[in-house]
Amino acid sequence: MNIHQFDVVVVGAGGAGLMAGLYASRGAKTAVISKLYPTRSHTGAAQGGVAAALGNLEGDNPDWHTYDTVKGSDYLGDQDAIEFMCHEAPQAVIELENYGLPFDRTPDGRISQRPFGGHTNNETGKPVRRACHAADRTGHMILQTLYQQCLKNKVNFFDEYQVLDFIIVNGKAAGVVAVELATGELHTFHAKAIIFATGGHGRIFEVTSNAYAYTGDGAAILLRHGLPLQDMEFFQFHPTGIYKLGILITEGVRGEGGILINGKGERFMPKYAPTIKDLASRDVVSRAIYTEIREGRGVNGQNYVYLDVRPESVIKYAALDGRTNPDGTPYIVTGEQILKKLPDIIDFCRVYLGVDPLTQMMPIQPTAHYTMGGIPTNKYGEVVIDDKNTVLPGLYAAGECACVSVHGGNRLGCNSLLDIIVFGKHAGLKAAEYAKTADFEKLPDDAEAGSRSAFEALRNGSGKENAFDIGTEMKKVMFDDVGIYRNEKGMAEALEKVRALKERFKGVRVTDTGKIFNTELLNAWELGNMLEVAEVITVSALNRKESRGGHSREDCPNRDDKNWLKHTLVRKQNGEIKIDYKPVTITKYQPKERVY
Amino acid sequence: MQVTLKIFRYNPEVDKTFRYETYTLEAVETDRILDLLEKVKGYNDGTLSFRRSCAHGVCGSDAMRVNGRNYLACKVLVRDVGDKITVEPLLGLKVVKDLIVDMEPFFDNYKKVLPYFINDSPLPADGKERLQSPEQRARFDETTKCILCAACTTSCPSFWSSDDYLGPAALVTAHRFIFDSRDEAAAERMHIVSETSGVARCHTVFNCTMACPREIQITKAIGELKMAMITGKIE
Ligand SMILES: Cc1cc2nc3c(=O)[nH]c(=O)nc-3n(C[C@H](O)[C@H](O)[C@H](O)COP(=O)(O)OP(=O)(O)OC[C@H]3O[C@@H](n4cnc5c(N)ncnc54)[C@H](O)[C@@H]3O)c2cc1C
Ligand code: SF4
Ligand code: FES
Repeated sequence: MNIHQFDVVVVGAGGAGLMAGLYASRGAKTAVISKLYPTRSHTGAAQGGVAAALGNLEGDNPDWHTYDTVKGSDYLGDQDAIEFMCHEAPQAVIELENYGLPFDRTPDGRISQRPFGGHTNNETGKPVRRACHAADRTGHMILQTLYQQCLKNKVNFFDEYQVLDFIIVNGKAAGVVAVELATGELHTFHAKAIIFATGGHGRIFEVTSNAYAYTGDGAAILLRHGLPLQDMEFFQFHPTGIYKLGILITEGVRGEGGILINGKGERFMPKYAPTIKDLASRDVVSRAIYTEIREGRGVNGQNYVYLDVRPESVIKYAALDGRTNPDGTPYIVTGEQILKKLPDIIDFCRVYLGVDPLTQMMPIQPTAHYTMGGIPTNKYGEVVIDDKNTVLPGLYAAGECACVSVHGGNRLGCNSLLDIIVFGKHAGLKAAEYAKTADFEKLPDDAEAGSRSAFEALRNGSGKENAFDIGTEMKKVMFDDVGIYRNEKGMAEALEKVRALKERFKGVRVTDTGKIFNTELLNAWELGNMLEVAEVITVSALNRKESRGGHSREDCPNRDDKNWLKHTLVRKQNGEIKIDYKPVTITKYQPKERVY
Repeated sequence: MQVTLKIFRYNPEVDKTFRYETYTLEAVETDRILDLLEKVKGYNDGTLSFRRSCAHGVCGSDAMRVNGRNYLACKVLVRDVGDKITVEPLLGLKVVKDLIVDMEPFFDNYKKVLPYFINDSPLPADGKERLQSPEQRARFDETTKCILCAACTTSCPSFWSSDDYLGPAALVTAHRFIFDSRDEAAAERMHIVSETSGVARCHTVFNCTMACPREIQITKAIGELKMAMITGKIE
């Protein structure tokens, strides 16, 4: 057996995991384990920016940011946690700059900011410049910078090790089991504190902006141990994915003045969000696009509309909207400026679509994007396991796999990069502090048994079923029936289908019998996780009989605060799915109708 | 349309030497080569191994040779390479299995150039960001784009002949910090890239620039490092 001992083990090396690793390693012996080489993590794909009320270009403050986030969450976010995050935001972003992150700059040398969906000046209701950006590769720069700082601080990395199981002893975290991809060997990491930072699970949907690695490993591992997941029915569909491919076109395009156009050549967002129009919250814009398509106003009768960022269109609509520069002059842009601000987006369109956004409109459709639900935690990243927020000693979670909840029913753009740095930091701090006084739990005799038998099952299936087919069918049914619009009948059928797929999955047999980079085995194991997660999402969504944020039910179209202003906790016990609830923390902002 | 996909195969647990396997499959012009590899893995041979994650050219996982040239498999489409497609692992790094190579020597070189921001001066007293003008920021914009995919380094004849040459990617990283007005370790880094394993080994073959999926002007960046070495000035 390969046994390693660390005070703190971080699972995942995206923004959340690296931030946690950086902070934990200052106070405790820490290891960061990642199935991908750290710089391959999905944080690197984030484009638009990270939100913080720095007020570098116009008046802004953390309270406005707090209110916008509460409203964006459709009042399902916990207001104490949201306030905490938004008030920590300016310092967190400054910290990144101090680590060397190359933010774009204002003429006076400060961090540059752009407008982003749902972020407003609370006095005028107009969009505010709050997203701090490094061109359209902000996430790339965060990931690189944090990884580099970890190297500088000599953090211990286990790259290309995939965690398969969590070890819990006497109700406390005791370690994790991982497989080393290059050798196929199992390793046990014995630890006092474990921080999960494994990212989301968008790969369960057919059209998605998410990486192949987004298979919900962390969530599924904890679910198998009977631990709860929170608000799993809430998943964000981003309005603008490249048609069919799902590759994300950042909201920053609309932040720079881009607008949505339907098949009849009309700008349609003013109908749905008269004040902030194309920069309304994501759930609102996704539904608007979908409604246009359903009512026959897609382009050429197809499932897509256009996103238009051609300079002449931007100038025209900016004038109509009364948008000006910070100094009050008319908002004018050139193709060259757009290229400079959105180089990657332009490149994606040219490469994948053969479309040049400076002269042509981009065909887009909503794409599965962000996991709002996840492993329940408090604002220090401690995992909590019931409606009373009881902490599981030694277990932490941060980033997209966690649910604090700061995003509630719908995440605002740029708040996730903020979430990962704020809560990654606090999880790291808390874990190191805990490790100072806690003892190591004794490892069970065969800590690796669970992982070994999971692999054996995949190697010994009948071979009647093809894993690729099962995955494809799952993605389709989840996108069609548990997607942007949902209803009882569709979801009930989806649940049946997912359960049938889970049965069929038992007939999968991995053909690769080797140890070295057995990616077939790992892909199959990940598919198992996705099916697990798809099932609890569907059950939670069926259960919530209202519409809120990203959860839109045609058969229950209204938000119902009387019955449903509460978090869902879903867990599996003896193979049965059980649902509990937890109250939402409301401090300053009483729920009201959400109009943009 | 039908395409033939000829793939380099090597599994050290069973094969004594490498071989090629050819698959014929249905594809459309806009399929990524990565999509085709996924299909082969899903339906023809589950043992086929390659790295991938983001699937849109930003994570750097899947650099490989397609028809003899380095690409990211997720950023090259059938319409770019035609219907007879040969896929092979990167050159100059040891093949671990099929299209997966050992990236350690590559990352070791990266780590040699002090790939992190260094500034030990006190932080601004107002608790805010360090200032940098848009012009100063633009000076190193190009080299911040690197995703460490290794397409450049593994297309370089100097690296093929010896992996103690830092290689273009490590030099790109050095450039990113040396030309950042806020960083204070330029002299140390200049010293590192001026050693025999550094910029002197670049013979301006331009393979790296051609190979870079992020379209970084690598040869130009290396040229700027050479110029700084000669003049002793960083501007
Ligand atoms: C295209 C795109 C654009 C986005 N743009 C923005 C934006 O502009 N602003 C914003 O705020 N947010 C944005 N987001 C969202 C944001 O980027 C993510 O939510 C955030 O980066 C997630 O960070 P993370 O650290 O939680 O996870 P990740 O960065 O995905 O890291 C997950 C880590 O876990 C590891 N891992 C997973 N499973 C295992 C396992 N079993 N064993 C070991 N390791 C494991 C992975 O290797 C990886 O290192 C965007 C997302 C996408 C997809
Ligand atoms: S410089 Fe370009 S080719 Fe080289 S590693 Fe970086 S992104 Fe890849
Ligand atoms: S899979 Fe990320 S670069 Fe190709």
